[in-house]
Amino acid sequence: MSLVLFLHGEHFTAMGGPFLDRLGAGRELHAPLHPGYDGTPPDPGFRSVDDLAYRYLDLLEELDARDATLVGASLGGWVALEMAVRDRSRIARMALLAPVGVKLSGREERDFADLPFMREAEAAQTLFHDPARWAPDHAALDEAAVETIALERQWAAWYGWKPYMHNPVLGNWLHRAAVPTLLLWGGSDGFAAPDYGRRLADRLPDARFELVPGAGHYPHIERADATADAVRAFLESA
Amino acid sequence: MMQVWHFSEMAYHPGWEFLNEGLRNVIPSRVYDPEVGADLYHRYLDEWALCDRLGLNIMVNEHHATATCTTSVCTIPMAILARETETARLLCLGMPIGNRMDAVRVAEEYAMLDVISRGRVEMGFVKGAPFEINPANSNPAELEERFWEAHDLIVKAMTTHDGPFNWEGRHYHYREVNVWPRPWQQPHPPIWMTVASPGSAARIGRKGYVIAALNTGYIHTPVVYGAYRESAAETGIAAGPDRFAYLCIIGVGETEAEGKRRAHQILDYSRTTPRVQPQFFYPPGYSPAGPTAAMIRSADRLIQRRDGSSFLMQDGTVEDFMAAGVAFAGTPAQVVEQVEEFAAAVGGFEHLLMMGQGGFISHEDTVANLTLFSEEALPAIAGL
Repeated sequence: MSLVLFLHGEHFTAMGGPFLDRLGAGRELHAPLHPGYDGTPPDPGFRSVDDLAYRYLDLLEELDARDATLVGASLGGWVALEMAVRDRSRIARMALLAPVGVKLSGREERDFADLPFMREAEAAQTLFHDPARWAPDHAALDEAAVETIALERQWAAWYGWKPYMHNPVLGNWLHRAAVPTLLLWGGSDGFAAPDYGRRLADRLPDARFELVPGAGHYPHIERADATADAVRAFLESA
Repeated sequence: MMQVWHFSEMAYHPGWEFLNEGLRNVIPSRVYDPEVGADLYHRYLDEWALCDRLGLNIMVNEHHATATCTTSVCTIPMAILARETETARLLCLGMPIGNRMDAVRVAEEYAMLDVISRGRVEMGFVKGAPFEINPANSNPAELEERFWEAHDLIVKAMTTHDGPFNWEGRHYHYREVNVWPRPWQQPHPPIWMTVASPGSAARIGRKGYVIAALNTGYIHTPVVYGAYRESAAETGIAAGPDRFAYLCIIGVGETEAEGKRRAHQILDYSRTTPRVQPQFFYPPGYSPAGPTAAMIRSADRLIQRRDGSSFLMQDGTVEDFMAAGVAFAGTPAQVVEQVEEFAAAVGGFEHLLMMGQGGFISHEDTVANLTLFSEEALPAIAGL
């Protein structure tokens, strides 16, 4: 059976556990942490999504993957797209959960909400369908947990500050990402709107767009089971 | 010998009444009236020009997208004052080089100012306040690295006099760096940097530059000065008191009450500093994870008094700020005594950065404040 490589998103990495458990049951699943997120500051020369893409292409080679499935959430979905446009020889399919990375709007519009410059409560509303249930309560968390949140934000900036969460030329090369692709999108995503996802699906050679109701930008957190099941169904069909 | 520098942020205080949520970053410029603004610019420039006759030096800075400071380009008042003054030294503290995308242009601006002023420029390089990340859109997670690369490039550009050199660094790319004019002061104008943390103080100590602690008071100032002294000593640099600067609010008057009233008005500068939506205080990676996490929980700006108790920056009275060592106020004799006591407590400094204007204080009061300070406090303070 082909392996699954999960590429995590920019925030709330640790909340992806239940999704990964269900997705990985009975499968070879790899879910590495990006440099920085793994607790070790990246080498100063390692700071772009390009670097992440080459690192994981190397990983597919090391694992001798033949028909890998890339599952990527948000930033991780962007990494998956960058991998696919470079070298799809080991990639059989992709399931992308609200990926970022492609600029679709004009220069005076933003595809992705300006999260770092929002109030905490507004950012939580933007990211989650049900922020009361899912957004971390910073006052109630211990210091180490809030530091982890601060570090995740730092690495998100490291990889995606400017241009903000996208590669201006990636859109030119999407025809190269010619593998069956499922785009799953939270119906309440305020960070990257579902309409962005639909337009991205239109730009990809072989993509299907599916809405996940009751989820914001991280369907694998808010609707872990439904999202994992949708990815598994896609895996078995594509 | 203590040097005193008058500092103003060229505030657009008439706009403050329109602003509820905050004074920075998101405020619309429609509240700015250019006619009122022009009068204010000329007024502040007049106050700086007066310093030349009062034996005071001049300090300017810059901020962006804010009604608290309309010096959005620090070298513009510097350029005007380079012509309008004759003896005052001109300190820019400073140029936010990690947020300026063209470092060679910074070298050119400083070099040109240094020549026009015939060698009176003091060249400040600052990381910039956290809320400056938003208007600059500079990546906060690599600001420190960009700051030091800009520093290295600017210094090399100002001290290379035999034609172009190549620079292909991580953040700056020029194949032909060749700055004209070369600066008046050799090898380059003195370098100043501001510090907030012991870590950055230590790094600057290894360079031997002047460090300025801004409103850090009795509790925090000795910590950053100490870190500087230690690293300077390890590097073999003799860090005399001329390496240390301290920025404070000063109000003097014929009576204690008058001096305190003036300081109270100027302190609206301090009280408006935290009037910014909290998220602008902690852009990701600007500070290490520990302090950032503390600000995610609460972005309240607390000022510590000498006795260790604290108060909210936006609520402090003149007495609170005096107890913290952030403001010195009263008669000239009282201010001399307060500065002397503070300097002794923090280990000594030879640059007193005096905010002699701020908030709603009138031009007449500002002139009286600067003049009385110069005539009756400066002679004693210079000897400290």
